[in-house]
Amino acid sequence: MADLQLSGVSKSYGTRKVLDSLDLTIKSGECFTLLGPSGSGKTVILRLIAGFETPDEGTVSIGGTVVADAKRALPPEERRIGVVFQDYAVWPHKTVFENIAYPLEIAKTSKEKISENVKKAIDQVGLKGLANRYPYQLSGGQQQRVALARALVTTPTVMLLDEPLTNLDANLREEMRFEIKELQRKTGTTIFYVTHDQEVALAISDRLAVMDESGRIRQTGTPDEVYEHPVDEFVHQFLGIPNYIPFEIRDGAAHISAGQDDATDLPITEAPPAAFRGSSGKAACRPMDIQMERGTEGAGMLPAKVLRLSLLGPIVDYLLEVGRIQLRAQMQTEEALARGMIIEEGCECGIRFTDLRWFDAKGEAVR
Amino acid sequence: MTFGKKFNTANLVLVFSILVLVIVVAVPVILIFITAFFENGKFNLAGVMKVLSDPDTYQALLNSVIIATGTTLLSTTIGTFFAWLVARTDLPFKKTMKALFLVPFMLPSFIGALAWKVLLSSRAGYINKLLMAMFGLENAPIDIMSLGGIIAIESMYLFPFVFLQVAGALERMDPTLEESARISGAGLGTITRRITLPLVMPSILAGALLVALYSLSHFGVPSILGTEKGIYNIPTKIYERIYASGGSFGAIRVGTILSMILVIAAALILKLQDVLLKKGQYQIIAGKSMRPMVLKLRGLKVPLLIISIIYICITVVLPTVTIFLVGGLKTYGLTFELKNMTWNNYLKIFQWKMTKDAIWNSIYLSLGAAFVTMLAGTMISYVIVKMKVRGKFLLQFLGVLPFSLPGTVIALGVILTWSGKFGVNLYNTPWIIFVAYIARYMAFSIKSNSASLSQVSDSLEEASRACGATHWQSLKNIVIPLIKPGMISAFFLIFLPALRELTTSVLLYGPTTRTIGVAIYALNEDGETVRAAALASIALIIIFVGETIIRKFLARLDQPRAKVQE
Amino acid sequence: MSQLKLVDVTKRFGDVIAVDKLNLDVEKGECFSFLGPSGCGKTTTLRMIAGFEDLDEGELSVDGKVISSSFKKYYLPPEQRDFGMVFQAFAVWPHLTVRDNVAFPLQIRRRPKQEIAERVKMALQSTGLTHREENYPGKLSGGEQQRIALARAIAINPKVMLLDEPLSNLDAKLREEMRFEIKDLQKKFGFTIIYVTHDQAEAMALSDRMLVMDHGVVQQVGKPLDIYNKPANKFVFSFIGLSNFIPVDISEGKATIKGAAGVASQAAPADAGLRTLMACRPSDIDFFERDGGADPHAVEATVARRTYLGDIIDYKLVAGESELRVQKPRREKGPLEGERCRIRFNRTLWYSAE
Repeated sequence: MADLQLSGVSKSYGTRKVLDSLDLTIKSGECFTLLGPSGSGKTVILRLIAGFETPDEGTVSIGGTVVADAKRALPPEERRIGVVFQDYAVWPHKTVFENIAYPLEIAKTSKEKISENVKKAIDQVGLKGLANRYPYQLSGGQQQRVALARALVTTPTVMLLDEPLTNLDANLREEMRFEIKELQRKTGTTIFYVTHDQEVALAISDRLAVMDESGRIRQTGTPDEVYEHPVDEFVHQFLGIPNYIPFEIRDGAAHISAGQDDATDLPITEAPPAAFRGSSGKAACRPMDIQMERGTEGAGMLPAKVLRLSLLGPIVDYLLEVGRIQLRAQMQTEEALARGMIIEEGCECGIRFTDLRWFDAKGEAVR
Repeated sequence: MTFGKKFNTANLVLVFSILVLVIVVAVPVILIFITAFFENGKFNLAGVMKVLSDPDTYQALLNSVIIATGTTLLSTTIGTFFAWLVARTDLPFKKTMKALFLVPFMLPSFIGALAWKVLLSSRAGYINKLLMAMFGLENAPIDIMSLGGIIAIESMYLFPFVFLQVAGALERMDPTLEESARISGAGLGTITRRITLPLVMPSILAGALLVALYSLSHFGVPSILGTEKGIYNIPTKIYERIYASGGSFGAIRVGTILSMILVIAAALILKLQDVLLKKGQYQIIAGKSMRPMVLKLRGLKVPLLIISIIYICITVVLPTVTIFLVGGLKTYGLTFELKNMTWNNYLKIFQWKMTKDAIWNSIYLSLGAAFVTMLAGTMISYVIVKMKVRGKFLLQFLGVLPFSLPGTVIALGVILTWSGKFGVNLYNTPWIIFVAYIARYMAFSIKSNSASLSQVSDSLEEASRACGATHWQSLKNIVIPLIKPGMISAFFLIFLPALRELTTSVLLYGPTTRTIGVAIYALNEDGETVRAAALASIALIIIFVGETIIRKFLARLDQPRAKVQE
Repeated sequence: MSQLKLVDVTKRFGDVIAVDKLNLDVEKGECFSFLGPSGCGKTTTLRMIAGFEDLDEGELSVDGKVISSSFKKYYLPPEQRDFGMVFQAFAVWPHLTVRDNVAFPLQIRRRPKQEIAERVKMALQSTGLTHREENYPGKLSGGEQQRIALARAIAINPKVMLLDEPLSNLDAKLREEMRFEIKDLQKKFGFTIIYVTHDQAEAMALSDRMLVMDHGVVQQVGKPLDIYNKPANKFVFSFIGLSNFIPVDISEGKATIKGAAGVASQAAPADAGLRTLMACRPSDIDFFERDGGADPHAVEATVARRTYLGDIIDYKLVAGESELRVQKPRREKGPLEGERCRIRFNRTLWYSAE
């Protein structure tokens, strides 16, 4: 299997510089996701690897060999990569079988081998019995699987997936997400997956990179690393509900910034990390890490008012007002019912922060 | 491993495409412009004004405007009325009625004019004779050979332009737009006035402008119903001048000056349509299919159905039957009794050289032109839609140019270009008609193929490249199969109009290169009404059979398996 | 006080019964949702309330006044029903400015100019569109267009607002935002809301009460929490929230899973049929330490798949012949993939497998 590497890659469209000296390395055999908001340039990176775009500066390498630089580029058909497009790009005038067989036909494979490999691919993606159907006879999810099978049938060393799940409904998204991961594990293909959906990214990746709107990569790491230890505010809020708590340091402890005219003191029990410099910053607490009680007695409890309670199925979501800031807390419905935490809107309760993240005035994480 | 960019091939195709369009389209237009404004190498505006203020040509200009205005107003009214009837009421047999309202499209309007001349000319019109006998009148009550007559007949055959647009818009309109008005308290009248009509207006106007453009450029009806009485519009005036002077350059020059008026008018109309369509580019098309609000006609149901059927009979059945009957007369003017009828004329059509040649010429010229135009149009469209090269705006501009050029203008331009000026003289050969057809229909081919190509999303081609196929392989395996239905329908949509057209070939024909349209016209001019009618009948049969076969063929092609995904 | 009352309302399309004897009482000021899969009859019911479809049987009344009745052969057309309505595809008129869109229902009612201007201003303010008055809808985003539709509906201060999947065409973040905006508008103006949706999270988040429908038949009516907690049948259980349906063997009140060691529940119903399913929510299953004592209620299972979803970790477990799904917050460090574990079912419901 091959690794992918972009070194010092820059790309502009007209006057807009989308990528600026970007470096990115994807290890052989890993499932790597590039996560970023729409328009951040992540699709451009995918197209550079595929060969549909060429870099203005820098090099693109596959398996250790340079396939593109500012002067020359290997055309897409010679790069031996499987690509799954966002709109599936399944050819309407060919059957499922013919779609999947196409790359093998182009490679002049023998008829028997084609038949064998295509049947295998069809089984692999769960489309048995549909070989002779046309795309218009298939559902969105099935078409997506045809696209997957077609990309896999030549057993490529690298697969590129461009937001392949956005057009599917929630249940199907979940299913396909698992299937892609399963396939990757079985075949050991290097996968480069591009998406704006952090749920997918966290669920399938061995490693992921978070990119911002200006095309800069903020952090790379395992899902656990990036979620648990985000390197700055952007990464933290991109991966989930941020719940920022602005604070000031007074007498060596952090206090929630309440504004000059508000006399209430809201101390944060957990102390900021020793390495914290500066007199103010933001703390952050994930919704499920905000512990809630009916009363405000107890160490570290702060008073809060429930502005809104929403039952979101298995999860109860609270919009809380703490001092002057608003935070979202969540707990599983079962727990809420068991502990009598279905609180009426407008009522008071007590909260405690656990597992805080700390960010300095510049927005960078401090540990 | 082959490194490299496909720089050279792409640019080569671009240059070739530009060359084609320049030769076929740009040069004729430029020459017209030059000939009109430059006399003896000097810019001569005075000469232009002289021609325009000549009472004779001035009158033709005025007539053109009157006819176009009248036709547009009448067609729009008729078209909108029937469209509303079909799309928004509970008129019975809607599907049949909709199909029937489109039949006038199939009838070449000059053949219709011929039939109406036979029926309602002041001298020998059959209906006039009937009315005079019935009511004891001295003079014929209706004279179809008048401005009013021209307007009426043109409207009869042009209203489908408006009908199609408006019916389509009404049917596709999102019903919740009207439902939300209803729940807001509005009754049907208010809804129609404040919601439906404004939203459909862009389609009405688009259809109306198309009618206006067509009418200004039209030769057939004004020539059959007007020339005898000295009523000319611009195309017939141009023809008259050139014909009368035996093709002298001076006459051609007058022709080019008048053409400029046509071109400017056409360009204005197209620009107006563009502006209106952009402004009214409302997303009114429905996603879910729900039935729109339908007016219950109740007591009016039967009368309106009858009116519609009568209209169809008058515009379609009556002229067709007339043509066939007249073609079977032994001599023109006789009554339609069995003893006066014969099959002879019809048989003669296939024996007489003039008509035999005309049929053959039309068939191979239109087939050939359609084929070439289809291919060229596809190539040029591909460059415009899919290739990322600089300079394709030039192609886009040149490609759309012929749209604003009426057939007469193209014919003149082609005469100027291919009569020896550049060492090639095609005049009086079938080739000059061939080239004119290509110029005439190129814009349509480009537009149609561009539409099919833009429905083939880039990712379909890219997916093929990612599967290991080269650019050419991807074109062959993916793009062409997907646009083939579009290409084929473009082919037929060029072949059929070319087969029956008159406006262009009437200025370009030589003694051996008559087309069907020209032959019918020439026979009528020579007073051979019966022969003209017989040939017209044969033409109608060919057209009808052709359209039906092609429609069935296209319907089979259009099956879901070939449906393109966006 | 009942504001909207449906009695035995039935609607047929050919042979298909789209809505089957629906009875409903909606209270004044309630936010009431119709929830169900597509084709279940919820939209048809709404359209009957609006008047775009007429009921085949039954009676429909608002504030005690009958607006459609098959018994009395009476039908009030939509334009006279005085409802506010918001459609899924916005149905905002593209050829009118935002202001003219909102003013339209008032103009139809021939309200004085001054009143129209005031109401329009108030409606636009309430939906945050004041600075967009002169714009045309085509230039506005999906969310803004939906707000125009809302403003237009509230301009006449209706007593009842009908919303037909109004947020389906918007993206996830916007959906969440606008959900609460709609609730806020209801608080401010006090109208009754009938809300149709196929999204159970949305229905539960918004409603005071809701009904769940399938194939034209009402499955359950009640408060969202009650429906979640005590689903009336298998359909409701699986439609609302995530669910596990596990085939079990029952003997003497003890339920066991085929092929899995351990007892799943000791409270199985005595009269359970041969093929019974034990239903349990993924968040209602707890993990035990591997050797944490022999808990009589624990079942042995293996983790087939562990998916990190950020705040939640999703487990696919295999217990004997059954597959089940467990979701736990990330701070509860559960077993890793491939590990054996023991699980306990906290709350279970029982359904027949038929």
